[in-house]
Amino acid sequence: MRLIVNKIVLGLSIFSALIGLAFLGWILVTLFIKGLSSFHFSLFVNDLIDGGLRNLIVGQFILAGIAAVIGIPIGMVAGIYIREYGNGTYANIIRNLSDIMMSAPSIVIGAFVYAVIVVPTGGTSGFAGAIALAIMMLPIVINTTDNMLSLVPKELREAGIALGASKYKVILDIVIKAAKVGIMTGILLAFARIIGETAPLLFTSETSNYFTLDLTQSFPSLTVSIYDLANEPEESSRDLAWAASFILTVLVLFINLTGRFITRNKKN
Amino acid sequence: MEKIFQKLSLASASLVFVILLGIFITLFNSAKPAIDEFGLDFIVNPAWNKEVVVEDNSAKVKPTVVADDEAVMDEGDDDLLDEDDDMIADEDSEDSSKITKTIYGGLVPIVGTLLTTLIALVFALPIAMGIAVFLAEIAPKNIAYPIGIAIELLAAIPSIIFGMWGLYYFAPIVADLVGGYQVSLLTAGLVLGVMILPFMAAITRDSMNTTPDVLKESAYAMGATKFEVIKDIIFPFSKVGIIGSIILALGRALGETMAVAFLIGSIFVLPEAINDPTISIPVAMANNFGEASGLGESALFYLAFILFIISFAVITFAKFYFLKGKK
Repeated sequence: MRLIVNKIVLGLSIFSALIGLAFLGWILVTLFIKGLSSFHFSLFVNDLIDGGLRNLIVGQFILAGIAAVIGIPIGMVAGIYIREYGNGTYANIIRNLSDIMMSAPSIVIGAFVYAVIVVPTGGTSGFAGAIALAIMMLPIVINTTDNMLSLVPKELREAGIALGASKYKVILDIVIKAAKVGIMTGILLAFARIIGETAPLLFTSETSNYFTLDLTQSFPSLTVSIYDLANEPEESSRDLAWAASFILTVLVLFINLTGRFITRNKKN
Repeated sequence: MEKIFQKLSLASASLVFVILLGIFITLFNSAKPAIDEFGLDFIVNPAWNKEVVVEDNSAKVKPTVVADDEAVMDEGDDDLLDEDDDMIADEDSEDSSKITKTIYGGLVPIVGTLLTTLIALVFALPIAMGIAVFLAEIAPKNIAYPIGIAIELLAAIPSIIFGMWGLYYFAPIVADLVGGYQVSLLTAGLVLGVMILPFMAAITRDSMNTTPDVLKESAYAMGATKFEVIKDIIFPFSKVGIIGSIILALGRALGETMAVAFLIGSIFVLPEAINDPTISIPVAMANNFGEASGLGESALFYLAFILFIISFAVITFAKFYFLKGKK
């Protein structure tokens, strides 16, 4: 009897694993078939107004890039504070708040940036979109830095201090270098996450049909345009949305795998 | 230099606190007009953007409801409706000296948010547990590793992709099986479930993996079957972590916008059946924010404020449950 129950439960577990994998495989296969059938290299040459995706891809990278330039240094330094300088309660509160912020609904962050930046400046802008993404990225970078610094052995810090180096020198020259690979992986994963975000951009950067580098205007965004295109009745718009989704997914998975590859090489 | 760096790091860390406080205050301030106007009744009021007569000087006294969002699937039409409302309101007050006002209530999106999350959890939980058990205990290492990576990668796929796939490939099949609309509470909840599935499975597996081998081996040595080891050793040991990860997944589902936006139908109508279209808080914001102004915008901020409070509470709860277990 026990053995039968065991068999049944294990069977159910394997079955549910298969269901899960089937769903996820279904999504990927759909994406590849639909995406590849609408994919063409001219998509990288034309802007959305001419039926291409060039301005959107460049725009999304710029938005995520600026967010990274703002979010990474602040997040790393904040992570350093929590792990190296902070003592007790305050550092712990910040750590918990950062974790909470990481799970805050992204659309709420969009609404916040809308109220704080879009309304006072009089309109949607690439700058506002980048800020919204930076706010999304900040807690992820803090969390990674905090975790990776905790893996650096105490002896390294003691050795540095014994040589007469000041604390910030020890942190920047020794501790950060020791944790470099882990932090870089975390940052790549954070970047992969924010580059696929749509909700915080909906009413901060919006999107644009034209190529622009002007951050004070509505800024082209791949994800927001996918949402717009997918909701349009014409078949051609939806095909373009599938091609864009395909490119976005390949991009996100590539960045993600690169991150994992770096860590694995380090371990071996 | 040392002092400067230390101050800088303190300032950066404090920024987290400042931003969270800033979100709280900003949302509250922007929601203030709606909070003053509707108070806590907002939460239980099912009307949204409805013109009601508050004072009627003509003979007939009945609270006529003029504008109705029913069957408006396209968000783009909302501002047209808004204008219609205003015109009707103006005409009304001039012609028959009726005083009307537009009222907003949050019941529909709040119920929509909670129900989609519930459906997602009911759907994803058993499958995620199955996957986690499979990865942690059943599969041999050389199978568990690549499948584990695949699951984690799928957790990284942008949510908008899940939404598109759900709308064009998954929803038609569900609608065929269950009947009803393709865009509905049910399909939105199920796609949301598929989306949180890999996340939930990955963190549940991680909690299960923290069970010390010695405990498992002792149980096996006593003649326990695999199921008994899972039920009596692994689950009790990693229970706290598993519950924590379920709540984290719940927090994620509550605030998810894009996967739901494609599928929920975006109409402010309370669902009567599980396969009726309705709306959730994030989707109400995503689709109506651009066109909203004045009290309507404030009401959306009120919704955002409620969502922020709910998810803050849920995550804080999970966090402390987690921490309590770890120490």
